[in-house]
Amino acid sequence: MKRFGRKNLSALAPFLLLLVAIAIYVAVAIITDQTQYLTVENLLGLLGRSIALGITAVGQTFAILIASIDLSVANLISVSAVLASAIMSGDPAMMLPAVVTVLVVGVVVGLINGLVITQFEVNPLIATLGMALVLQGLLSAAFNNFAGAVPDEFQTFAYGQVGGVSVSLLFLIGLTIAAWVFLRFTKPGSNIYSVGGNPEAAKLAGMRTTRVVITAHIICSVCATIAGLYLASRLQSGAPWIGRDGVYDLESIAVVVIGGTALSGGRGGVWGTLMGVMIFSLIDSIFNLAGVDAFAKQILRGVIIVAAVAVYAMRSRRIEA
Amino acid sequence: MTGDIAFEMKDITKTFPGIKALDSVSFAARAGEVHALVGENGAGKSTLMKVLSGVYQADGGQTFLFGKKVRFSHPLESLAQGVSVIYQEFSLLPDRTVAENIFLGREPTLRWGVLDSHRMRTETQDVLALFGDRHQFEPDTLVGELDVAQQQMVEIAKALSLNARVIVMDEPTAALNDTECELLFQLVDDLRTQGRSIVYITHRMREIRRLADRVTVIKDGKVAASFDDVPETAQIVEAMVGRDIGHFYPDPANPDEVGEVILAVRNGGNDRLFDINLDLRAGHITGFAGVQGAGRTALALALFGADPFDRGEVTIDGQPATLTSPRQAAKAGIAMLPGDRKADGLVLMQSVRDNGMLSARAFSPALGHPDKTPISTLDQMDRAFDAFDLRAASYEAEIQSLSGGNQQKAIVARWLSLKPKVLIFVEPTRGIDVNTKAGIYAQMRELAQAGAAVMAISSDLPEVLGISDRVLVMSDGKIVAEFGHGVSEAEVMHAATEAHLELEAS
Repeated sequence: MKRFGRKNLSALAPFLLLLVAIAIYVAVAIITDQTQYLTVENLLGLLGRSIALGITAVGQTFAILIASIDLSVANLISVSAVLASAIMSGDPAMMLPAVVTVLVVGVVVGLINGLVITQFEVNPLIATLGMALVLQGLLSAAFNNFAGAVPDEFQTFAYGQVGGVSVSLLFLIGLTIAAWVFLRFTKPGSNIYSVGGNPEAAKLAGMRTTRVVITAHIICSVCATIAGLYLASRLQSGAPWIGRDGVYDLESIAVVVIGGTALSGGRGGVWGTLMGVMIFSLIDSIFNLAGVDAFAKQILRGVIIVAAVAVYAMRSRRIEA
Repeated sequence: MTGDIAFEMKDITKTFPGIKALDSVSFAARAGEVHALVGENGAGKSTLMKVLSGVYQADGGQTFLFGKKVRFSHPLESLAQGVSVIYQEFSLLPDRTVAENIFLGREPTLRWGVLDSHRMRTETQDVLALFGDRHQFEPDTLVGELDVAQQQMVEIAKALSLNARVIVMDEPTAALNDTECELLFQLVDDLRTQGRSIVYITHRMREIRRLADRVTVIKDGKVAASFDDVPETAQIVEAMVGRDIGHFYPDPANPDEVGEVILAVRNGGNDRLFDINLDLRAGHITGFAGVQGAGRTALALALFGADPFDRGEVTIDGQPATLTSPRQAAKAGIAMLPGDRKADGLVLMQSVRDNGMLSARAFSPALGHPDKTPISTLDQMDRAFDAFDLRAASYEAEIQSLSGGNQQKAIVARWLSLKPKVLIFVEPTRGIDVNTKAGIYAQMRELAQAGAAVMAISSDLPEVLGISDRVLVMSDGKIVAEFGHGVSEAEVMHAATEAHLELEAS
C-alpha cells in the first residue's frame, strides 16, 4: 500500500494554511470594504513588518530541527541591539567593529548553549532559559534606557530600498535561501536532520553528534544577533527591552512550528518557517482589518497556534499508525 | 559453494555482573554459507554477536576475521572491516530517504561540504539492483513510507553498500508475513551466492531447513551442539531444550481445586489474533508457549484492554464484558503484571508504598485521603507487603532500589488490593535471579489456590511447563495446540514451530 508521502505533506501543510490565511484576508478586506489594501506590495509589506521575527525564526528552525529549542533569543536580540548602538554611537566608522563584535557575541552565546546542552546534558529548555536570564541580568546591570545611536548609514539596513524592494526584506529572503541551501545540499545540513531524527542512529553511524548540536545552536544565536542589528537599525538606538517586548522567543518557536517543523526534530525546514511568519502577520492584519479588539486578538492568536499544532500532531499520528 | 573461513571466534567468555553470559563459546562461519545460530531467549546468541561486532568486549577468547586477529571496541570498527549486524530494531531515520539512510554518517561530498547526492543516488541504485526487481522503492523514497520488509531491505542494502563480507541477521523474520519471509529467503540465497558469510539467528525450524548450511545451538551461554549439516528438527530441539526442571516448581493443582470458568473468550480476534477460544478456570494456571511474535503478548494485551479484541466476545463469570481499556479490564477483575517492570509496571522514583497504592488510588474518589482509600489503606498495604516477605530497607524507600523479585512482589500486592479474578503474568521472572524464581512460582500457585484464574506467558519454556496446569501453544496469532501438565519441551517446541510447516504445506 502506497501511503501519502510525509515530506510532501509536511511541505504542503504550511502552504495550505498560508493560502487559507490569504483567502480570509482577502475576504475580510472585501467584506469590510477596504479593498485598497489588496495589493501585492501590501502582502510583501506584511512580511516586511516581521523581518526581526523572520530572521530569528530562521535561526530557531535550526535549533528545533535538532530536537532542541532556544529560549534565549529574545534577550540576545536586546543585547545585540544595545551593544551595536552603544559601540557605534553615531559614528559610521564604528559600524564594522560593532557588527563584528555583536556577531562574535552571537557565536559565543550559541557555543555556550550548545556546550551546556551536550556536555552537561542540561535540558535545552532550562539551559537556554538560564542563558536568557543571565543575558537580561547583564544587560540590566549596564543599561537602563536607550543606549547610543546608530549612524544614518546603518539605517539603510532597515529603511533602504533596492529597486523598490526594501533591503531588509531582500536580506530575509537571501538568508532563507542560504539556510535552505545549507540544509538541503550540504553535509553539515544533512547531519542536522539525521541527529534531529534519531540521535542514537546518527551516533552509531559514526557521526559526531555533539558538534552538530553545537553548530545548530551557534546558527540560531547568530541569527538572533542579526535580528538585534536590524532592530537597532530600525529604531535608531537599542534598548534593553526590545527583545522581550517583541516576545521573539515564544513567537519564533510558534512560527517554526506553524511552518511544519516538528518539535521532536528531524523534519521541516526554513521555507515553512517563512510561511509561518507570513501566516502570523496575516493573522494580525486580518484582525486589524476586522477591527478586532487587542485582547481578543491575543486570545485568538493563542487558539490558532494550538489548533495548528494539534492538526500537525493528528496528521503525524495518522501516518505513523 | 563454500569458501574459506570468514570469521572464527575461539573460547569467547563474557561475564555480566552476576551472570556468565558466554562460557567458552567457539563459533565460526565460512564465506558463502549460512550458519544458523539457534537457542532459546537469553541463551547468549545476541551477546555472542555483540562481541563479534564490538558492542561488547569479550573477557576471554579470541576472534579472527579472515585469518587476522581482531578486537573491536566499537561497532564502527567492525563495520569498517566488513562485519554488519542487522538488529531486530532497525536504526533507520523515517524522515530521510533510502539513499540518505544508506549513507548515514559517511555522506560523500563535493567541494565546500556540498553533498554529492547524485553519487549517493546512483550508488544506492547499484546496490538496490542486486535485489533485482524485488525492492519496489527508489533511492529517493522516504524510509517512513516503507513497510517493515522493505525497511529490512534498506538495512541489508546498507550492509551491502559497506561491502559487508559477514552479515549477521538477528531474527529477521520476527515482524514479517509469509510472502515477505519468502522474499527475505531469496535475498539471503543471493547473498550466499555472492560469497558472503551469513549468521542467521532464529528459533524457527522451517527457516533453518530452508536456509542453513550449518547449525550451532547455544544454551545457557554454552555451545550445546554444533552440526556441519542441517540435522533432523528433533535433534536441534533436543539440544535447545534438555535441561533439568528439578523441584523448582510447585505441585500442579488438584482436580478439586479447579473451579468454575471465570473468563471465556469466543472467536476473539484483532489484527494480530485470530479465532481465539479460551476458558480460564478458577484455581488453574494456564501457560502460553510459542515463538516470538506468535501472539502470546498480543493475547495478554487484548484481555487487558490495551490492544483490545475487535471481534468475538469475552465473558467474565458468565456476564458479557467490554475490555477496551486497561481501566475497564481492571474494573472487570483482570490484572496484568507486565514483563518489563521498569517501563510498564513501576513509578521508579516513588516509594514502595506509593507503588503499592497506585491502583487503589486510581480507583478511589479523587477527593479522598490517598492513604485511606476504600480499596486499601496504607496499613493494609504494609501488611500485604509483610505477607509477601517483601524485603526493603524501608517501605518508604524508592522502589528502584529494590531487587527485581521484591519489585514484583510490590506489583502483586498492588493488584491484589483490587481483588482480581484473573491474573496475567507476563515474563514473571525476567531479570530475576534463579533463587527468587521459586518464590514467585509458589506465589503464583497460592494465588490460584485462593481462587484466581492465572495466566502465565513466558519465553522461558521450562518455566511455562513447570508452573502450568495446562499449556496452550500459539503460532501466528492462533492457539494451535493444548497440552496438560507434564508435556515435554520437545512436544511443545514441535507444535510451536511445525505449525508453520503445515501452513506452508496446505
